[in-house]
Amino acid sequence: MNYLHNIGSYFLMIAEMFRKPTKWSVMKLLILKDIEDLIIGSLGIVAFISFFVGGVVTIQTALNIDNPLIPRYLVGFATRQSIILEFAPTFISVIMAGKVGSFITSSIGTMRVTEQIDALEVMGINSVNYLVFPKTVALLLYPFVISIAMFLGIIGGMAACVFGGYSTFEDYVIGVQMDFLPFHMVYAFIKTLVFAFLLATIPSFHGYYMKGGALEVGKASTTAFVWTSVAIILLNYILTQMLLS
Amino acid sequence: MIEVKNLHKSFVDSQILKGISTVFEKGKTNLIIGQSGSGKTVLLKCLLGLFDYQKGSISYDDKLFLSLSPNEKRTLRSQIGMVFQGGALFDSLTIAENVMFPLKMFTKQSISEMEERVNSALKRVNLENAHQKMPSEASGGMQKRVAIARAIVNNPKYLFCDEPNSGLDPKTAIVIDNLIQEITKEYNIVTVINSHDMNSVMEIGEKIVFLKDGLKAWEGNKDTIFKTDNKVVTDFVYSSNLFKKVRKMYLGEL
Repeated sequence: MNYLHNIGSYFLMIAEMFRKPTKWSVMKLLILKDIEDLIIGSLGIVAFISFFVGGVVTIQTALNIDNPLIPRYLVGFATRQSIILEFAPTFISVIMAGKVGSFITSSIGTMRVTEQIDALEVMGINSVNYLVFPKTVALLLYPFVISIAMFLGIIGGMAACVFGGYSTFEDYVIGVQMDFLPFHMVYAFIKTLVFAFLLATIPSFHGYYMKGGALEVGKASTTAFVWTSVAIILLNYILTQMLLS
Repeated sequence: MIEVKNLHKSFVDSQILKGISTVFEKGKTNLIIGQSGSGKTVLLKCLLGLFDYQKGSISYDDKLFLSLSPNEKRTLRSQIGMVFQGGALFDSLTIAENVMFPLKMFTKQSISEMEERVNSALKRVNLENAHQKMPSEASGGMQKRVAIARAIVNNPKYLFCDEPNSGLDPKTAIVIDNLIQEITKEYNIVTVINSHDMNSVMEIGEKIVFLKDGLKAWEGNKDTIFKTDNKVVTDFVYSSNLFKKVRKMYLGEL
């Protein structure tokens, strides 16, 4: 019953987010600040993880191809497909649920605990719009982060492939370019945009409606990470079934 | 003037306010006092519109709060200043930005006009050199004064303070009390203060509403509170030996 109540409250919060907008001169500054915190601030960790996981995907693929009849350029092909279809949009989003999600929940939760949200409400400001809307808009740039993850994943794979001696640079590039379907990019970015919305709203929900003190802020951050991950994994399955099958 | 009539508020498992009626007057410091759990904060949050209530009415200058249109409510809220118990300053903004916040949200003034208003509000609370500090760099007393500056910067008609003295040393607490009283007179506004602090009651209690178990148990001012023989009030207000002696001295019994 509590789950249903929370799901209902989540959708009401989303509806509230679009009501009574904050003044644009204030909102644009909030959006820019959230772009800096949520997007620019995540580039480093995303780049690091993408590069090395790309390398690992390549090494594992190469090590599992021991049949001489299978061409070596398949390593590049498999790496590209893994990274574009799954690793960059989904795996990075789960990592971002931890990084960005806990940041959002703890910052909004702290505002709740210290009555800053009450202060906004007393002033007649739509606090949901003020707090959640700029994060949602900022995360519309999330596909940019995922593009970087895709690029660096493939580059990391290439570095591991060439320097590890699993294949040649030319074979890897041929593999990466082989049988490329532009729709796979469309699929990846549709997923990315859906995940971006989840990343902005689920942690915000857990921060906004939290009750208690500092300890509960920590608990809310953990709960937000768990539910954001669950929602990402579930929607990943549903979207894949809808778009690729 | 804020008029409360027969206000009832309950949560799922308990009734907190059981029919409170009172009037908070203009140009006076109106105090709500009572033990923890008596319903002071709930009453304050009902007055602010943060809590819905089941029965009764609240009117601001003869306008029923619940019958106001969303636009009228927004206008009314822009005329309310609130000093929260912990200050509730926005962590990510400097002190000057915190004070400027209501102006940015509700007025179309130029930056220079807003800066002028901020300077004058900060000067009013004796914080002329703290503009660029972050709230985390300010002491408890400074944070309260910034919260007062933020509450008055947009010339409110109604000022609410939730335990403005909590966590402050006695000297700073008196400074804050006097500041609130001076501002109330200067701007001729309705000030409602939720307090536990008996010093505040004796210093600035021009109207005092005493709550007990969700009911109004007594109403008076800082003079009549010395003379009352309402046991519920005397047990609470004169619970310390010091205040018992002060009362006896006031009544000429010592």
